[in-house]
Amino acid sequence: MIWIFLLLLIAFAVLAYVAGRALAVRRSRGAKSHSRPGQHGLYALSWVGAPALAMLIAASVFSTSIEQQMMRAGAPDSVAQLEPFRREAFFADARLVGAGQEARQIWPAPYAEDLPAEGRRAHRIAATLNWGGGVAALIAAVLGGLFVFTRIRPDLRARNKVEGWITGVLFACSAVAVLTTLGIIFSLVIDSLRFFSMVPITEFLFGTKWSPQIAIRADQVGSSGAFGAVPLFAGTFLIMAIAMAVAAPIGLFSAVYLSEYSGKKTRAMVKPALEVLAGVPTVVYGFFAALTVGPALRVFFNGIGDMLIGGPLNGLGIYLSLVQNQMALVAGAVMGIMLIPFVSSLSDDILNAVPQSLRDGSYAMGATKSETIKKVLLPAALPGVAGALLLAVSRAIGETMIVTMAAGLAAKLTLNPLETVTTVTVQIVTLLTGDQEFNSPKTLAAFGLGLTLFVVTLLLNIVAMRIVQAYREQYD
Amino acid sequence: MKSRIFRAPEGSSTGGASEAATLSTAPAVGAHASAPLGPIKIAARDVSVFYGEKQALFDVSLEIPDKTVTALIGPSGCGKSTFLRTMNRMNDTIPGTRVTGRIEMDGEDINDRKIDPVLLRAQVGMVFQKPNPFPKSIYENVAYGPKIHGLASTKGEMDEIVQKSLKRAGLWDEVADRLHSPGTGLSGGQQQRLVIARAIAVEPEVILMDEPCSALDPIATAKIEELIDELRERYCIVIVTHSMAQAARVSQRTAFFHMGKLVETGDTEEIFTNPRERRTLDYITGRFG
Ligand SMILES: Nc1ncnc2c1ncn2[C@@H]1O[C@H](COP(=O)(O)OP(=O)(O)OP(=O)(O)O)[C@@H](O)[C@H]1O
Ligand SMILES: [Mg+2]
Repeated sequence: MIWIFLLLLIAFAVLAYVAGRALAVRRSRGAKSHSRPGQHGLYALSWVGAPALAMLIAASVFSTSIEQQMMRAGAPDSVAQLEPFRREAFFADARLVGAGQEARQIWPAPYAEDLPAEGRRAHRIAATLNWGGGVAALIAAVLGGLFVFTRIRPDLRARNKVEGWITGVLFACSAVAVLTTLGIIFSLVIDSLRFFSMVPITEFLFGTKWSPQIAIRADQVGSSGAFGAVPLFAGTFLIMAIAMAVAAPIGLFSAVYLSEYSGKKTRAMVKPALEVLAGVPTVVYGFFAALTVGPALRVFFNGIGDMLIGGPLNGLGIYLSLVQNQMALVAGAVMGIMLIPFVSSLSDDILNAVPQSLRDGSYAMGATKSETIKKVLLPAALPGVAGALLLAVSRAIGETMIVTMAAGLAAKLTLNPLETVTTVTVQIVTLLTGDQEFNSPKTLAAFGLGLTLFVVTLLLNIVAMRIVQAYREQYD
Repeated sequence: MKSRIFRAPEGSSTGGASEAATLSTAPAVGAHASAPLGPIKIAARDVSVFYGEKQALFDVSLEIPDKTVTALIGPSGCGKSTFLRTMNRMNDTIPGTRVTGRIEMDGEDINDRKIDPVLLRAQVGMVFQKPNPFPKSIYENVAYGPKIHGLASTKGEMDEIVQKSLKRAGLWDEVADRLHSPGTGLSGGQQQRLVIARAIAVEPEVILMDEPCSALDPIATAKIEELIDELRERYCIVIVTHSMAQAARVSQRTAFFHMGKLVETGDTEEIFTNPRERRTLDYITGRFG
């Protein structure tokens, strides 16, 4: 149904363009026109298209609530007096029946006999609304067209107006991105506030015990709920630190190699390869960590442990021989591998931005390549590289998949890389998957964690961007 | 004599407004053509340079005396910078470059396998067209070379080297109270004198300068020219310049390049007043270039 209207509208718009053009040509005969005919055509098109589009969007936004109002208003008494959630369930079924589908629920209640009649009514309402929206859009298009055709004159500044429309469309698109972000922040803040009204913020920020299970029934044991996020932050930090310990040196050195040592051919091959690596989905790294690296490291540590047992380091041996597949080291190391291309690609750009004249100056002083790199290039590039590393850190903090698969779920407060740990992101996932009750602190805790994570990564990114930017300006 | 040297560039179209300003503000350095030339410091024999397939220099043979300023002139793209870079083997740092022929410094072939380009460059300093101080302090900039080559064993020795170099480069009085502020914060002319100080801090024997004044205003240019004239007493200096007036003012020997070939070389006074080749005359009088 909606398609017919859309096609009609497109036809209208094309017609408006052609007509606007022709009209402009006719009316400007003899006189010199301010804008070219095509611009008049576009101007006419925008006045036909935009109101109709606005009308369609408004119709689709408001039709749901109007439809609900109408369903409620015309419902028979037996339905109207139901509890709200039963009533809405009934209406939902009525809509299905009206559209010729099976009802979802079984209705033993007396009002079940109203279902067929209510279904027909739902169908009528939906059709009316559809038609109403479409017709309103068409009317808007026609009105817009009538308005614009009276205005097409040789001295109309159609060019400027069309430019204005284009600016508007572009602005609207960028506004969508910004507004969505604002909306996300807003909902994060609101739900976090609800969470902090149930769990004191001090407990959340400074508590050292994380066990979000809450007894749903009074007779459940061992699940009182504790929301101290410190173990999560510690786990996040631990894994991030391991990841950066892998990614920072390797990424940086490979960038130095790429930009200073490798020949053109090597560079042409290695750089795209690195960038492809950056595109591998994190879940792939995740199962590489869980199924390959984890078991390999466990075998390695167990082996060392077995050798140590009975010797002077007996305790350490026993500990090592019991190490599990899942540990912070695995997740961190694999995450570090994931970040290498990111770090090296950014650092490579930054090293390349260091002017050749500095290299020449250093070589001309009799410095060797590595002296030049160590004493001139790296110090010059340092702020930029620091920015790149901070961006990598904020990615490491936000990374979820690898940690979920390779680090375990237990919230332990430890800095031992051989233990299983869990991170903020992983806890958000576990809190929000599966059955949940929306008002329990357990679910809302996810928003508290999300907000904290958001603030931390935002700050990191701002600092990193500032540094990278300041560094760029230095050589302009 | 001096007026005769200046006559050619002044009558030529190369002498623009800034050039004229330089002439009038320039100190009386001038070319002491009659001063005795030192012994031959560098001798190039049949030097050719190839960038990949493209040949940029064709069999250039040139002798460069010590304690003298030798100017390389010629139209853009004729190979002046390329020739300059053969003398400290900076062409080695450009991938795909090949140099043939012999370049002798004090009778020794600098392209010999025995010669380490890194050590050679400590003996042959270079100053570039655009001042390129490192993004470090003034002090660190000058101390860069001595540190790399281990010329100072104590902080006091290093301080001395830095001070001596800055003084010789005529910059000491201007920066003595801010040795530890960034070198990039100086003016263009000061930066250029800073990199000259950086170059002479390692006690080189030769200083190569590739259009050292082309990014500077007339007053800064005059300062550098004065400095070059002073440095001549200790070093062998080779300078590339596009300004005929500058070549006439600071150099005692001039070599004119055209299309990768050395066309003519001789005493500056000779070249500017009485060139042997038609092309040289055309170039210095601004008829092409
Ligand atoms: N790195 C390079 N790769 C390839 N060709 C080069 C390179 N450097 C210079 N050339 C070429 O070699 C020739 C000589 O260049 P060179 O820079 O020596 O000229 P120049 O006399 O210094 O010119 P200018 O006065 O403009 O500085 C030019 O044709 C130039 O295009
Ligand atoms: Mg040049």
